[in-house]
Amino acid sequence: MRLDVVLRVGSKLILPFMLLFALYVQFHGEYGPGGGFQAGVISAGMMILYALVFGVAKAKLIVPQRLVEFMVPLGVLIYAGTGVLTMLLGQNFLDYGVLDPSPMHGRERGIFWVEVGVHVTVASTMLAIFYAFVERGR
Amino acid sequence: MSALESQLPILQVIVPLVGAVLVALMRGGRSAWAVALVITWTMPVISILLMRKVLATGPISYHLGGWAPPIGIEYRVDLLAAFVLVLVSVVGAALMPFARRSVASEIDGDKQVWFYTMYLLCLAGLLGITITADAFNLFVFLEISSLATYVLIALGRDRRALLAAYQYLIMGTIGATFYVIGVGLLYLVTGSLNIYDIASRLADPAMQNPRPVMAALAFIVVGISLKLALFPLHVWLPGAYAHAPSFASAFLAGTATKVAIYVLIRFAFSVFGVAISFETLPLTEVLVVLSLAAMFIASIIAVFETNLKRMLAYSSLGQVGYITLGIALANTQGLTGGIVHLLNHALMKTALFMALGAIAYRLGSVKLDAIAGIGRRMPWTMAVFVLGGMALVGVPGTAGFVSKWYLAIGAVEKGWWPLVFAILISSLIAVVYVGRVVEVAWFREPSPAVEKCTDPPLSMLIPMLVLTAATIYFGIDTEASAGMALKAAETLLGGLK
Amino acid sequence: MRDAILRFAEHYNYVVTIFLMVAGLFIVIARGNMIKKLIGLSVFQTSVYLLYVGPSKIIGGTAPILDPAFKVYTNPLPHVLILTAIVVGVAVLSLGLALVVRIKEAYGTIEEDEIFAQETDE
Repeated sequence: MRLDVVLRVGSKLILPFMLLFALYVQFHGEYGPGGGFQAGVISAGMMILYALVFGVAKAKLIVPQRLVEFMVPLGVLIYAGTGVLTMLLGQNFLDYGVLDPSPMHGRERGIFWVEVGVHVTVASTMLAIFYAFVERGR
Repeated sequence: MSALESQLPILQVIVPLVGAVLVALMRGGRSAWAVALVITWTMPVISILLMRKVLATGPISYHLGGWAPPIGIEYRVDLLAAFVLVLVSVVGAALMPFARRSVASEIDGDKQVWFYTMYLLCLAGLLGITITADAFNLFVFLEISSLATYVLIALGRDRRALLAAYQYLIMGTIGATFYVIGVGLLYLVTGSLNIYDIASRLADPAMQNPRPVMAALAFIVVGISLKLALFPLHVWLPGAYAHAPSFASAFLAGTATKVAIYVLIRFAFSVFGVAISFETLPLTEVLVVLSLAAMFIASIIAVFETNLKRMLAYSSLGQVGYITLGIALANTQGLTGGIVHLLNHALMKTALFMALGAIAYRLGSVKLDAIAGIGRRMPWTMAVFVLGGMALVGVPGTAGFVSKWYLAIGAVEKGWWPLVFAILISSLIAVVYVGRVVEVAWFREPSPAVEKCTDPPLSMLIPMLVLTAATIYFGIDTEASAGMALKAAETLLGGLK
Repeated sequence: MRDAILRFAEHYNYVVTIFLMVAGLFIVIARGNMIKKLIGLSVFQTSVYLLYVGPSKIIGGTAPILDPAFKVYTNPLPHVLILTAIVVGVAVLSLGLALVVRIKEAYGTIEEDEIFAQETDE
């Protein structure tokens, strides 16, 4: 177990930057390639790397199974909730224009929340799949 | 109220979708069931309101995100769509009271939450397929409902359920991919994804013959035929229906294939139009041959099947044959028969599968030799089975007769007399497989296991009786079913000549 | 001959698409191993991505973010559609693999003929 020092230290160095990169991809999605889906996969990748290096038990201390199972529907709820909110404000489903006095900023804001929802669901789904299969056959 | 009314088309899809998410947040099967019950019972309310609005003011168009078609996604409810929406939502709602005990007895406690989640997702997908006017959006809903269906099937007790789900996954994905290839070709030719926009662009005489359009029709018909289990592409269906949990079998038999048939009708008539589908390409000839094959071969297999769920699955294949026969005739009466049989078959098959679910709940088996004498112990359940079986045969006074009557008139109008005899003879085969069950259930001495059975609790019995009553009702008063189907058929055939 | 080569060169993205399509479908039909079937299915779906994305690329076109410096933009719609299709494809593949894992646990094999042999024994 002591031989993987390079691996442990190396991954500890990388992990925060992975999360940071995920956030960069998330918020850069409006200007360049990126968005919630890719960002979600990257942040899930960070957790999976952590679990691979330090063990699943430790990973589950950070992101417990129940939290994962809660986050999968939560992301969808954020996405759908954005749409329902636009309906409550008197427009059609997912017509983000009403979320701000200026329709352009309203669209920006709407897409932001949609992407947040996508991020949450994708990241937690990836983790849920990982958790489900890493524990099989033990 | 009017603000809410204008949002009805999207609510039809969004409510079950959000409902699925809410169910997933529940702990324990009972609360999940309660939420799912509330959600599914709002569905018929919305769809019937939509139907009334369509009847009063004509087709409804809803623009998602405020983007006008053909750029944005459009949801469009015309008479046919409203008809299928009512069908799916009523079947979905009628099944829910039945679900609690049936699901609780067949699915492990911690998985029930996911079961109801998948059920609502499947419902949302099916309603979405029906309501959307965007060909690619339709694909996405198709995959949502299919993925949920694979999970529903795989949750069956038996390990063969896994195999059935896997086979359905392979076949279903090939079907959906064929569909997407067809849509891609259409997009390359027309530059549009809105099915009414595609239709208007294809109506241009220069567009009647290009090879990509014909290839697109071929791909879409094959892909959707896989989904609706047209005869040679049906291999996934018997296993899937036989090994899925009883509730899932009942739901899928009533809705999934029906919605796929709706897509076929939509593309054959509304998108490509009669000229391309039936004159340039020989869709009539192909469908007639395959429908006849389904009506006879599947029904004959059903006669020799000893697992009753599998028997009903094969009978479903035969009944799908009647519906596709109606589409193939492509005249008003034939198409009316096909469309009305969507509804009638959904009602009777769901009731029949529920009866089998009740038998499975009490007896634990749906094998033919295991149910000997069960008619005396579970009289109401078997009465449902017998009436449903009579409707399958097409006895006058039941809904099945109405559909076959229209089909026969359609065949006569076309001048194809032999088809009338084909319909008659295949109905007689149905007499054999239904009669065999009736004979075993009522005229044999009950075994000790059957002796202990009684009719299921009212929560399971009432949904069956309601659907059976509807089967009889639509056999006598055909205004709401066949009348509506006739109007829908006239619109489909008249609008594009 | 020259015409044929030219026609091939002009349509080579379709040639690749159709090759992948047929190859994927062939793997699904011909192989008995369930994982290989899923791989074939994936290849088959991938061909559709090419079918959509290939023709929508305009040579010299850029991403459709409005800017006075650019005149030619690539059609973004097929790309967006295919992003959705990729997600669907991933979902199908992962569900399929999950089913295969369960089948392996239930039957001890993932070869279809061996599973069918077990089923007929019963």
